[in-house]
Amino acid sequence: MERNLFKYIWRHSKREQIVVLVIVLASLPFYFVSLSLPAAIVNGPIEGTWFQEGVSRPFLEIYLPFSEWFGERIRLFEGFQLTRVEMLLALSFSYLGLVFINGQFKFQVNTLKGRMGERMLRRVRFELVDRVLRFPPSYFRKLKPAEVASMVKDEVEPLGGFIGDAFVLPMFQGGIALTALVFIMVQNVWLGAVAGAVVLFQAFIIPVLRRPILKLSKERQIAAREMAGRVGELVDGVDEVRINATSNYERADISNRLGRLFSIRYEIFRRKFFVKFLNNFLGKFTPFIFYAAGGYFVIIGQLDIGQLIAVIAAYPDLPAPVKMMIDWDQQRLDVQIKYDQVVDHFDPDDMVPAEAQQPVGEVSHLQGGIVATNVTVMDDTGARLLQNISFTVGLGETLAIVGPAAGGKEHIGPTLVRLFPPSAGHLVLGGRDLSSLPEGVIGRWVGYSGQDTYLFPVSLRENLTYGLKHEPLTPPDESPRDQERRAWTAAETRRAGNAEYDLDAEWIDYHSIGVAGAAELRKRMLDVLRHVGLQDDVYEMGLAGYISPDTHPELCTKFMYARRVFGDLIKKRGLAHLVESFHPDKYNRNASLGENLLFGRPCGPFLGEGALVSHPYFQETLHKAQIADAMVTMGYEIATTMVELFAGLPADHPFFDQFSFISALDLPDYKGLVNRYSSNISWESVDDDDRVKLLTLALRYEDARHRLGLITPDIAAQVVLARKTFRRNLPDALQDAVRLYDPENYNAASSILDNLLFGRIAYGEAKARDRVLELLSELLGELELHEAVYDAGLDFNVGPGGKRLATPTRQRLGLARAILKRPDILVIDAALAVLDTPTQEKILQSVLASSGSRAVIWVLGRPEQAVLFDRVLVIDGGRVVEEGKAQDLLARNGPYAALANHKPRQAAE
Amino acid sequence: MSLSEEVELLRKVPIFSNVELAKLKLLAFTSERVRFDPGQEVFHQGDPGDAAFVIIEGTAEVVAETDNGPIVLLEMQPHAFVGEIAILCDVPRTASVIAKTELHTLRIEKELFFRLVEEFPQMSAEIMRVLAERLDRTTSELTAARNRLREAGIE
Repeated sequence: MERNLFKYIWRHSKREQIVVLVIVLASLPFYFVSLSLPAAIVNGPIEGTWFQEGVSRPFLEIYLPFSEWFGERIRLFEGFQLTRVEMLLALSFSYLGLVFINGQFKFQVNTLKGRMGERMLRRVRFELVDRVLRFPPSYFRKLKPAEVASMVKDEVEPLGGFIGDAFVLPMFQGGIALTALVFIMVQNVWLGAVAGAVVLFQAFIIPVLRRPILKLSKERQIAAREMAGRVGELVDGVDEVRINATSNYERADISNRLGRLFSIRYEIFRRKFFVKFLNNFLGKFTPFIFYAAGGYFVIIGQLDIGQLIAVIAAYPDLPAPVKMMIDWDQQRLDVQIKYDQVVDHFDPDDMVPAEAQQPVGEVSHLQGGIVATNVTVMDDTGARLLQNISFTVGLGETLAIVGPAAGGKEHIGPTLVRLFPPSAGHLVLGGRDLSSLPEGVIGRWVGYSGQDTYLFPVSLRENLTYGLKHEPLTPPDESPRDQERRAWTAAETRRAGNAEYDLDAEWIDYHSIGVAGAAELRKRMLDVLRHVGLQDDVYEMGLAGYISPDTHPELCTKFMYARRVFGDLIKKRGLAHLVESFHPDKYNRNASLGENLLFGRPCGPFLGEGALVSHPYFQETLHKAQIADAMVTMGYEIATTMVELFAGLPADHPFFDQFSFISALDLPDYKGLVNRYSSNISWESVDDDDRVKLLTLALRYEDARHRLGLITPDIAAQVVLARKTFRRNLPDALQDAVRLYDPENYNAASSILDNLLFGRIAYGEAKARDRVLELLSELLGELELHEAVYDAGLDFNVGPGGKRLATPTRQRLGLARAILKRPDILVIDAALAVLDTPTQEKILQSVLASSGSRAVIWVLGRPEQAVLFDRVLVIDGGRVVEEGKAQDLLARNGPYAALANHKPRQAAE
Repeated sequence: MSLSEEVELLRKVPIFSNVELAKLKLLAFTSERVRFDPGQEVFHQGDPGDAAFVIIEGTAEVVAETDNGPIVLLEMQPHAFVGEIAILCDVPRTASVIAKTELHTLRIEKELFFRLVEEFPQMSAEIMRVLAERLDRTTSELTAARNRLREAGIE
């Protein structure tokens, strides 16, 4: 990356800088004319000095410039003869016109400068991210993600503002200042010299004083960045913090950092305002000289008073540009420092060359497998992780890699996908050295799944197809208007030196995995998910997923049909008691009291659990239905029971999470509450806070599950009444805050399963959920709705880093992603480590059975599983210690046999 | 049936009879009421043991699946505690339990059960007593069976 900021700016914005400069210069004459016009208006038409010779005067007469130097003035245009009033109007309108023109110039220049700055900023940011994508893998071990993000986002931001002014400002302001100085010089050399000296002193001393401030700014920037990094760490490691009860240590650390930031900032302020003071003082020092010395010259007769006034009038044009130039210089140093720091971070050795990531077009299948010859890998300290590893895996062959923990087998996988570059030896794929292959080729030939699968916070589907998006394939279909807009976007992208790949194009390489399009791809995805044992999970995610009648009207209609058919089917099978349906006139004992009251799903925060109880409309409804007192009483009974049941348990007891209505932390609060009141409690007898607490408890109560016997037939009837009142009078403002249950309509705020059942699975019926889902699956199969459910499951957003999925699911998904790609070589690097042995084996067999002509290299955590492979490689101490068929090696009683026969003691759990 | 009725019922189960009332209430609250249809399996021989059951109402049969087909070992009546062996010893279910009539049970999760045992030593003493009784009965049944075999001249 170019280290000199100015060279960088000039190289990428030369043309624009020149255009802006030309416009600025072109604007100057207009500016000067507009300055001189007011005097002309006052002197000419208003005071009438021009009209002493006659009633009219020419307007806009034009003489050939400098012609008077050759004796006679040559008139090019004789102008229009105007009277005094006409002249006044003509000049005034000229003034207005010039104001408009000057405004236009300013507007144009500012827009151009802004655009130029933004383009450069866009270029810098892109270049930085582009570099992140090309960092050598080892470099990432030293990087903190939050810091990198903060550099790309915040630290380069001031560059944009500066770039527009980088060349224009010094030229323009310098020009103005110089003109003013020369003007003063012409009036009086000495006064000019004094003004010049002060300006020079100012220009010298201010930067000197500002240097320490810059140093401090640099420190501040680093401290702020580290602070951002620490906050990032805190978020990542929050479990560790809680588990180890180190939150106060972290508080101390953050507080300490903020303290440091404060003291740096404070020091900067002190110095900055001193400089400002000095600057202002020097600015006013010059007029002092003019008055004192200039006045003296006038008194002794060396200077006439007109000149002095002209000097004093011209002077204000001097400090402002000088100050702007000093500011500009400071900004220059500042952004140069920022730029230097950023470049330092983004310029590691051994970056992946840009050519290696260029699109490669269609890639033919790998021929000839993989050959490793004397591969040695070292870490950044020079320790040898792998030494002289040699092996060959042909297409269609399967190789297991086993070895003791930390014996080196864990480095094979990353080496095969070039995450670790070999320091000696060769890895040859299909006759080509791995190090010379473009990423686009390796990415298609090799599928890799390691222990730490990273999932992007997008849907399951997008995570699965992530491995197929190598380059844009088919441009999107679009209207001519879209095309126009796109052409403009593309041109702008080019100007900023960004990647011109079209994000809206079709990126998924269907062809490479042998499917025709999206429908076949889904089938393939489900197939792959079945191999890794995730198909049922995705189906369940689908049932728990949401669709909206607005976007999927037909599908919702089909689901509504399925709801009706299912209602009949479950009766026919004699299983109707497994689901308690929602009925507008009945209390549902398997749903919470809150759900029974609302008889719908909150949508957004207005009627969510926390907000509902304190919502005036909800409270009003409770009163209207005369259930308010009963609700508070129920809350009190629940609180009493909870306090009685859980009071004796230690605060960290898991029962709190699993069963209690009240968290361990809040329990003492409720204890106090229970003691404060007695069982003949009412709405009015409790204060607002307590009422909210009690109502919240009551709303969570599920009669069938919690079995406290609170819902008597009377209460149930009142709840149904309240439900109807709530629905009837629902204010317009709340219409969108809740999706009410309706037997005839699909509810977008409920899951697909809830919509299909339109009820709750009954509590306390053995295997109720399994039996209901089985029946439902049968029906959905008949109605050909399984795919729709899978689709909803595939739309499940996995959350940041896939954290909404359990670790085993994440690992399996990573494996599925690698397999879906249909690579010629599949490298599985202990990717199933967190799964139990039977599941591991099932997946292992399923994947091996479907591997076909693919080469499979699997780093195994359990050596005994190697019998499923064609061959096994035993690695210990970074070297191959044994190789061959697992059966043969077992018979030989060597290292492999030792590993495979060693049965770890059965852990208790 | 409400929570308080369940508590009354738990008190009649021998191993819980000495546990204080408040804890039984907690046990009842944290356990799940499960109803089985006649003929439905409560659990199957060989499955991993994840819970024990207290029979509230109805009868259940304990059935051993053998090579020669299922053999009914005994019949469980209300207040009986079944399925505790698998969770105590961490072994698969030693037999199947099948609802003979409509069966109401209280399902106590393994972890929940262990926590209770840990926290209430009087419970473990009671469990020991119940298990010892059962062992005594099984031993005498085994002796009787051996005697019959010997008389039949098989052993």
